[in-house]
Amino acid sequence: MGVLFTKDTQAIFWNNNKSAIQRMLDYDYTIGREKPSVAGIVAPTSSNKFDKFFYGADEVMIPLYKNTAEAVAGQPQADVLLNFASFRTAYDVTMEALNMDAFKTIMITAEGIPERLARGMNQFAKSKNVTVIGPATVGGIVPGAFKIANVGGTIENIVNSKLHRAGSAGLVTRSGGLFNELSNIISINADGIAEGIAIGGDRFVGSVFIDNMLRMEENPQVKYMVLLGEVGGTEEYKVIEAVKSGKITKPVIAWCIGTIAEHFSTGVQFGHAGASANAEMETAVYKNKAMAEAGIHVPASFNDLPAKIAEVFQSLNIPAIEEPKLNIVPKNRKSKNFICTISDDRGEEATYAGFPISSVATPDTGKGIGDVVSLLWFKKQYPKWATDFIETVMKTVADHGPAVSGAHNAKVTARAGKSVVESLVTGLLTIGPRFGGAIDGAAQYFKYADDNNLSPKEFLKYMKSEGVPIPGIGHRIKSLRNPDLRVEGLKKFANEHFPSTPLLDYALTVEQLTTSKKDNLILNVDGTIGILMVDMWRALGYSETEIDEFISSGTLNAFFIVGRSIGFIGHILDEKRLAMPMFRHPMDDILYDVEVAEEI
Amino acid sequence: MAQKSIREFDAKSILAKHWDKYFPNFSYAYETVLVESGEELTKCADEKSWLKEKNLVAKPDMLFGKRGKNGLVLFRDQAVGDVKLAKASSWIDEKADGKQKVFFSFDGDTPTGEAKEDLLTHFVVEPFTPHTQDEEYYISATVVRDDDVLFMSAEGGIEVEEGWDEKVTEVKFSITDSEEEIEKKILASIPADVKEEDKENFGKFAVGFFKAYRELNFAYLEINPFVMQGTKIELLDMVAKLDDTAGFMMVDEWGDVAYPTAFGMEEKSPEVKAIEEADAKSGASLKLTMLNPKGRIWTMVAGGGASVVYADTIADFAVANGGQVSDLANYGEYSGGPTTGETKFYADTVIDLMTREKDERGKILIIGGAIANFTDVAKTFTGIIQSFEQYAEKMKEHNTKIYVRRGGPNYEKGLKDIKEAADRLGLYIEVYGPETHVTDIVRMGLEA
Repeated sequence: MGVLFTKDTQAIFWNNNKSAIQRMLDYDYTIGREKPSVAGIVAPTSSNKFDKFFYGADEVMIPLYKNTAEAVAGQPQADVLLNFASFRTAYDVTMEALNMDAFKTIMITAEGIPERLARGMNQFAKSKNVTVIGPATVGGIVPGAFKIANVGGTIENIVNSKLHRAGSAGLVTRSGGLFNELSNIISINADGIAEGIAIGGDRFVGSVFIDNMLRMEENPQVKYMVLLGEVGGTEEYKVIEAVKSGKITKPVIAWCIGTIAEHFSTGVQFGHAGASANAEMETAVYKNKAMAEAGIHVPASFNDLPAKIAEVFQSLNIPAIEEPKLNIVPKNRKSKNFICTISDDRGEEATYAGFPISSVATPDTGKGIGDVVSLLWFKKQYPKWATDFIETVMKTVADHGPAVSGAHNAKVTARAGKSVVESLVTGLLTIGPRFGGAIDGAAQYFKYADDNNLSPKEFLKYMKSEGVPIPGIGHRIKSLRNPDLRVEGLKKFANEHFPSTPLLDYALTVEQLTTSKKDNLILNVDGTIGILMVDMWRALGYSETEIDEFISSGTLNAFFIVGRSIGFIGHILDEKRLAMPMFRHPMDDILYDVEVAEEI
Repeated sequence: MAQKSIREFDAKSILAKHWDKYFPNFSYAYETVLVESGEELTKCADEKSWLKEKNLVAKPDMLFGKRGKNGLVLFRDQAVGDVKLAKASSWIDEKADGKQKVFFSFDGDTPTGEAKEDLLTHFVVEPFTPHTQDEEYYISATVVRDDDVLFMSAEGGIEVEEGWDEKVTEVKFSITDSEEEIEKKILASIPADVKEEDKENFGKFAVGFFKAYRELNFAYLEINPFVMQGTKIELLDMVAKLDDTAGFMMVDEWGDVAYPTAFGMEEKSPEVKAIEEADAKSGASLKLTMLNPKGRIWTMVAGGGASVVYADTIADFAVANGGQVSDLANYGEYSGGPTTGETKFYADTVIDLMTREKDERGKILIIGGAIANFTDVAKTFTGIIQSFEQYAEKMKEHNTKIYVRRGGPNYEKGLKDIKEAADRLGLYIEVYGPETHVTDIVRMGLEA
């Protein structure tokens, strides 16, 4: 009860404020958190998928999201939102987040959110039982567990001010700069803080002193509280009431800054927007007096605050805290140029996505090339029906005779005396939208039609309007009556082993329509592969967005490249074996139609 | 500051601009001009013929009230309501010539408290509206703690101010109240002594008024009084403050609105204005307020909270050491990670002001600050050091003692640099870090 953050708390950071995030991670590393305190970053204008940050000497990747909704979907465990949007957008970001019901705490850093908007936002958060820290704040900290953004400053200062482990004080301030100062004072004169919140400098802030102090009253780690108030407003009186009525029983040390305002009748605003005294009871002097009368420990001046803290702390006889072991953040760190997330050769034995090579290589492991592909391409262990399917696809596309353009190119190159690798890449370079590309295209267009619930007729109309023949439909000689047995084999395998084949089912209804127009407009082997790959990924639980990314990044083509490489190498070795001479195209096979160039 | 006072003229202009939206059942002529001289008024009459045709009222529009009691409302030449254009012009020139004394509080018609003297520079001129006392009403709205409050009274003008508790009806609204709830609350609370025949219209007007107050982001809006003659409305006197943080959303709604310095407030010096401009352009915060240009103790403090603490402590120690609060020359702060250039500009401004007036006791410059969260101390101190280099001779002439206390990112380097620079330039300096209590340099400086 009463604890705002734990060592497992994770946050979504809105805006990629790199130095603040790095400071959080340095803190996490120093106190030995298991997971980084930032689970994800909302970076609306970035096209990257993650950003790298140091974690000690190493680096970790933190995912980037386009908006809060995606971040929440990707990191449902993160229940803190650190809203670093500007004063123009901070309100919208907070309201959107509140409507998602995904966060327990929202911290808002922007200063100068329009007052009427801030009031509405704070009320809405209250009705949703969400703790708002700010606006116009540096944040807060639960030492040893979770630190918001820049609170505490540098890691050196954090350790100096004992913010790396829980002490006994609960600290609330308005000002962020003085928050740090107070942490330092408390570490010198007592044993540090257990929880601290800077509530923010704007006139209307979400959680006020009393909200945070009532939580600290419930937190057994907090033994006494330090309140640094300010001239202006009446929030301190709520604390006075709570002390008088016994809602707060722990000792409170308090001081209100801004006694200077006494000396200036009008016009000069001392301190924050919230700090303008409109009535006598809002003055610092009056508040300090009222707090002292209520039994709160009030020093004679701010300069005497350290002595007052030492006095109250010593009277509580709190046992000394054992200093925990700290991880030291290295001074010099170098950002890595490359990132690898699929394999690792640093241990005893190199691994594929965490599996030693020997555990997937030999026949007794029961693993095939499909398993290796699933580990190295997708970083997942696919079930047997899926790895079998992958292998089936590769075997099916391995070769299609010497006449296709890729094989032809490979053969011509081999006959020019080039090596296996040179000949192979010549063949591979032919693969693209016209050669092998129908797999990609079929997956893309059929999925589009299915996603948008187009009837086969609408789909045909759509493709006509796009001006492209439907990829994956049509064969030179095969037809319904004379089916392509490769296609039949793939369909049969899918029917027997796939949990379901919704896209194939849809494609077959399209085929019914196209073959009714012309007999050879059948679903061909490229189309079948592309479509079944989509069905495979759907059955494996990938989201439609992830599948779209597979398609757009050319993953389907990759299956064709690997498979067809086997065939190309076969043709190249064949040429070497036959020792065929250099190929020259017969001239009678070329239409020459050359005119004399005109002068212009 | 989030809440800023605007001129009566601007308040009326904003309401007039949105009149049909909020007051569709009422008419308002919006006959009002803001002028700085009689000549300007005469020129206005070329375009606004009502100035020639109607009898007029003229008064200063400079963010202060009690103008009637101060004799600063022109509504009679020979008899009440007979002021013509020529008279208004000559009256304005007469009042604008030389400083005028204004009292801000009265006991009956007797002024109490001290008067302020200042120039009258802006006047609002409007037609004289003949009306009876019972056509005058009062309405205002503002935020009290967490709620909006609407104040309504069947009596306007001085009557309401002097009998506030008996004569004013208050209605409170939570920020979450819906428009229907607001309308219901207002209509249920129309002051009982509003004339029967006006009750319905008063209700409609009050609902529109409160809506305008909310939607146009006023922080305070008062019409005292307004005159209701059937559906014809006259706004006789208005006071308004805007929530200027909403400025970015209200560019079109507010139009070209000014935030003038109030009468009797010292006009901002060019230096203070320059800092304000730099602040507006920067992502960091730069603030400067002059308290006493002849003061002995000058501050350059980082952070809003810290600057208050330093001011508090300087006042305490000045008094305790035989000085006075007026020894404190300025108040202000820089924070939020200003660049080296911005900090230099800020330091130049403060040091320049500090080295204008001699004080035989010498000057004390407090370069203070708490432990920064993210402001790079070395970077900001580089700006201060550059300023030292420029002003070292002047600072020595004024026998300046510099006391520094700061912590935060890169503070060791910052402190070392500033100490070395001051030593090299022959300036007196004492430098302390986070191990020293934040305001202890004030004690050192003032007890020395």
